[in-house]
Amino acid sequence: MNQREKEEYLREYGILKAQGKPFFPYAVAKDGAMAVVVMAIIITMSLVLGAELGPKANPTTTTYVPRPEWYFFFLFEVLRVIKPPSLVPLATIGVPTIGMILLFLLPFFDRGPERRPERRPIAMVTFVTVFGAMAFLTYQGANAGSPFAVEKPTPPAVKQAGGATLAEYELGKAVVTSSGCLACHKLGENGNSGPGPDLTHIASRLPAQGIARTLVNPTAPMPSFKNLPAQRFNAVVAFLSQLK
Amino acid sequence: MPKLPKLPAPPLPAALQEPPPRPGESNGKGGPIEDAKAAGINVVDWVDERTSLSGAGRWLMFRKVPKGTNWFYTLGSATMFAFLSQAVTGVFLAMYYRPDPAGGAYESIRHVTNEVFLGQFVRGMHKWGSSVMVILVFLHMGRTFLFGAYKYPRELNWVIGVVLLILTMVMSFTGYLLPFDQRAYWATIVGVNINGTGPLIGPYLSDFLRAGPEFGATTLSRFYAIHMLLLPGAIVALIGAHLYLVAKLGTTAPPWMKAEQNPELRKVDV
Repeated sequence: MNQREKEEYLREYGILKAQGKPFFPYAVAKDGAMAVVVMAIIITMSLVLGAELGPKANPTTTTYVPRPEWYFFFLFEVLRVIKPPSLVPLATIGVPTIGMILLFLLPFFDRGPERRPERRPIAMVTFVTVFGAMAFLTYQGANAGSPFAVEKPTPPAVKQAGGATLAEYELGKAVVTSSGCLACHKLGENGNSGPGPDLTHIASRLPAQGIARTLVNPTAPMPSFKNLPAQRFNAVVAFLSQLK
Repeated sequence: MPKLPKLPAPPLPAALQEPPPRPGESNGKGGPIEDAKAAGINVVDWVDERTSLSGAGRWLMFRKVPKGTNWFYTLGSATMFAFLSQAVTGVFLAMYYRPDPAGGAYESIRHVTNEVFLGQFVRGMHKWGSSVMVILVFLHMGRTFLFGAYKYPRELNWVIGVVLLILTMVMSFTGYLLPFDQRAYWATIVGVNINGTGPLIGPYLSDFLRAGPEFGATTLSRFYAIHMLLLPGAIVALIGAHLYLVAKLGTTAPPWMKAEQNPELRKVDV
C-alpha cells in the first residue's frame, strides 16, 4: 500500500465508522449473546463428556501408546508420515517453525490494498490449501496409531508356516509396537536411531537366547521386560529373532 | 376511606420556588433511593476526580463500530470470554492441585474428580474449555484473514494475535501434563522429544521444559509454574495490548462495505 492508498483507506474507513453504531450497547449486546453461547457449549461439553482420569502415570510402563490433544494431531501425523531421519528435521522445522514465521510476517509480505476475499485469489487458495491440509492431517492423525508403529512386511517363511508361528509373530509385533521400543530403537523405516542400537537386522547379530537375555537384563536406560507375561515375552523374542 | 387525589401546587413565581438540589447535593426530599443514587454518584465522582478514568471508559464504550459489523465480529470477544472461563475454573482447580510427581498430583486430581463437590464438572469445563478456546482462536484468525483485517493499519495487532495463538497452544501443551495420568505423561514425553528435534533452539527448549536432560522430579512443577504463572500473565498483558489497539484503530468494516457517497459533498462551487 502506498501513501495514497493508505489515506484512501483511512478516509473510507472514517466514513463507514461515522455511519456506524456505538459499541455500547449494540456490539456489547452481540458479544454478550455470543458469550452466553460459548458458556453453554462449555457447560454442555463438561456435562456430556465429563473429565476422565486415566491410570496413574507410570514411567516404567511398556504398553502405552501416547496420544496428544486433538489439535496437535496434524503435527503428530506429519511426524508419522515423514520417516527418513534426514527429513525429520525438515518436518519439525518446516511445519511449525516456518509456518509460524510466515504467519507472523503475513501483514508484511501481503501489503496489497485489496481486502475483498474474491479479489485476493492467492490468499484464498493458500487459505483453503492450509486449512484443508490441516483438517486432513488432523483426521488422519485422529485415526492413526502411534508414531512408533512397526511397518514391516511379514517374512514369507513365517507366512508359510502360518498357524501358531504367524500368530506369535503378529503378537510380538503388536507388543513391540505398543511398548515404545521405537522411542530408542530403529526398526526399518520406523523409530529413532538412538540411544538404543538399530533393531532392523538384530537377529543376524544376536541369537534368540541373546535377545531374550537382553530383554530380561538390559543395559540402562532400557527397562527390563522380565515382568511381561511369558506368552507375550516369547512372542517378542520370536518377532525380534525374525529381523535378519 | 380511599385517598383523594392531591390538588396541584399553586403556580408560584420562580423567585418563591425552592431551588432544585444542586448536583451532588440532596435536599432530603428524594427518600432513601435518591440518597443511595447520590451516594453512588459521589463515589464515582470522587474516584474520577483523582483518576480521570471516565474519559477512558467513554472512549472504550462509546466508540463507534463501522456499518456492516456482523456476528463474525464477536469471535474475538468470545475467545476472550473462553479465556476468562479458563482462568476462573483454573483458579478453583489450583485450590486443590498439588504439583507432586510422586503421586500427589494424580491423587489431588482424582480427589477433585471423584470427591469434591462439582469437582468433575469444573475440571470438565477447564478441559473442554481449552478445546473451545483453541477453536475460537482459529475461527477469529480465519475471520481476520478472510476480511483482510490484518492489513494497514492493523499489522501490529495481527502480530500480537499470532503470539496469543502460540501462547494458547503452549498453555494447552503444559496443561496436558498436570493430571499426571498415563496419557498426560506419555504425550508430554513425546511432545518434549518432538521439541528437541527442532532447529537450533530445539534441544535447549527440551532441556528447559524437562528441567534437565531427563524427565525428572522438577519437570512437573516447571510445567505447573509455566501453566499457572508465566503464561496467564503474558496472555492477560497481550490481550490488553490487543484490545487497546482494537479500540484505538477501530474494528474493520466488512471488505464489501462501501461508504455511501453523499452527492452534496461532491458538488464543486464554481
